[in-house]
Amino acid sequence: MPLVFTLAFRNLFHDRLRFIATVIGIVFSIVLVTVQMGLYLGFGQMVTTMIDHASADLWIMPKGTKCFEDPSLLDTRQRSRALSVPGTTEAIPVVIGFADWRTPNGSSTPVFVIGSDLRAGGLDPWNVVEGRVESLSTPNAVAVDRSYFDRLGIAGLGARAEIRQQSVRVAVVTDGIRSFTTTPYVFMDIDRARAHTGTPASKATYFLVRVGAGADVQQVRRGLLATLADVEVLTPAEFRERSRTFWLFGTGAGAALFAGALLGVIVGTVIVAQTLYSSTKDHLNEFATLRAIGSSRRYIYKVIICQALLSAVIGFSLAYLIGLLVVRMTTASALPIVITPALSVGLFALTVVMCVVSAIAAIMKVTRIDPAMVFTR
Amino acid sequence: MTALVMEANAIAKDLGSGAAQIRALKGVDLALKGGELTLLMGPSGSGKTTLLSILGCMLTPTEGTVRVCGDLISGKTPEDLAKIRRENIGFVFQSYHLFPTLTAADNVRLALDVRGENGKEARDKSHAALDRVGLSGKMGNYPRELSGGEQQRVAIARAVVGDPSVILADEPTAALDSENGKAIMGILANIAKDPGRGVLVVTHDPRLVPFAGRIVHIEDGLIVREEAGGAAQAS
Repeated sequence: MPLVFTLAFRNLFHDRLRFIATVIGIVFSIVLVTVQMGLYLGFGQMVTTMIDHASADLWIMPKGTKCFEDPSLLDTRQRSRALSVPGTTEAIPVVIGFADWRTPNGSSTPVFVIGSDLRAGGLDPWNVVEGRVESLSTPNAVAVDRSYFDRLGIAGLGARAEIRQQSVRVAVVTDGIRSFTTTPYVFMDIDRARAHTGTPASKATYFLVRVGAGADVQQVRRGLLATLADVEVLTPAEFRERSRTFWLFGTGAGAALFAGALLGVIVGTVIVAQTLYSSTKDHLNEFATLRAIGSSRRYIYKVIICQALLSAVIGFSLAYLIGLLVVRMTTASALPIVITPALSVGLFALTVVMCVVSAIAAIMKVTRIDPAMVFTR
Repeated sequence: MTALVMEANAIAKDLGSGAAQIRALKGVDLALKGGELTLLMGPSGSGKTTLLSILGCMLTPTEGTVRVCGDLISGKTPEDLAKIRRENIGFVFQSYHLFPTLTAADNVRLALDVRGENGKEARDKSHAALDRVGLSGKMGNYPRELSGGEQQRVAIARAVVGDPSVILADEPTAALDSENGKAIMGILANIAKDPGRGVLVVTHDPRLVPFAGRIVHIEDGLIVREEAGGAAQAS
């Protein structure tokens, strides 16, 4: 084992209480950053879940649509025009909107209605655990997620309720289709969705465009834009990005999450810097001895940086375990925390940078060290 | 004919500033020859430690020049001076200055590690140095597990492991009892037998005189007298 590493390791573990304080500081900081960034990623995934699960090459939407939940409407005449564009094979209408769900016992709760052409399979419920998607074409049939049974006041498959004074029956149950707004999603056929949201038959919220095999998506898009008036045509990736940007930055939610993460980094840096500095101060005599016996400054910096890196690795490992536990605990929540491999790598890099930056104060202290002090101590 | 390993000419050093400034050294000439143990003796405040710091390339003189193995140290950067120290000078301190978290062997190896020497060869050299000071059985011991005399032997092993031309020892026996003090001086005297190495021991302990080849007396920042030591008279 290199002696620099041995010295750093022993310096670090020499004062266990201080080492524990350092690790707690790093863990606190990194867990805070993990939760904030995990929420950011989780939120980012939640707000695009419908776009992710829609079967479309392009989305036609009213001009200025900010996110999937935007209730602006298109004229259905646009659909036949869209189908006339070379390369377009399908333009599946989708209707969305808020409605009031009334249970048999009289209580009510808002729901978010999603209706699409079931024969075309544009935006059908997924993760079906009870019933069949095809059964949504039967009278009054709707699909709900089982995590919302309590909210909707129902017991399961076959339960009845009312939306907009019209009877509905739960024919399909899904698992894990949760809304970040906590308003339950209710899937149904498009005609029923129009009736439940008060959308005229001549209107739709989106057209999901599928292009033919071999057709160039960008070329089809250009054709659609040239043919249709007052619409936007986005790829799923673009619509995802727009929705994410609106919810995360248009609402300030993302800024709040980033501010929390930044706070975590600052707190962590200050704690690690303080403990590394006091450790260096305690070992000043040893660093002066090193300097007296001829070590370069670089050698001493290596010892201090090595201490910082050791703290980073130990602190990150513990913080990561806690982070995984938090992820597990929030999996079934309305807003799950998500840790991706890229986030893990980023967090580790952040921990290392934070600890190395924290070492600067200690390095400045030893830079000014006078080796002659070994003769007077 | 033995070579000069260190040479100081007309060294003056001012300490402090303004009204509190004092001249700690007032023109000191001192040469260290290889194969000789020199004692630098003088009362407290005579300038011994200041001179040792300058000879050890840790302080720069206000006036005068110092040569280490022929190299002039004037105008060198702190990093250059550190390089001169690690390549040419071994230090033995009054309070040992061992690293409490390292074993005796690692404490010695540290002097090689700072020179970029590591691996098995460095380990073998540090074991040989500890063997030379009679501590082959305590290589894995930590400083707290060693007596004062043993700790000073580890410090000597650390000073000699890099085979420097000069050993500077600051009151190496001050914290030791008479028997351990004699043992330590015996080791230093033995080390000084190497014709390529000069040893300077700063002390005010007259019991060390028998081990010295030469004794230099310093008072009020000036060398006032030089005489042959007990070792020179015996030979």
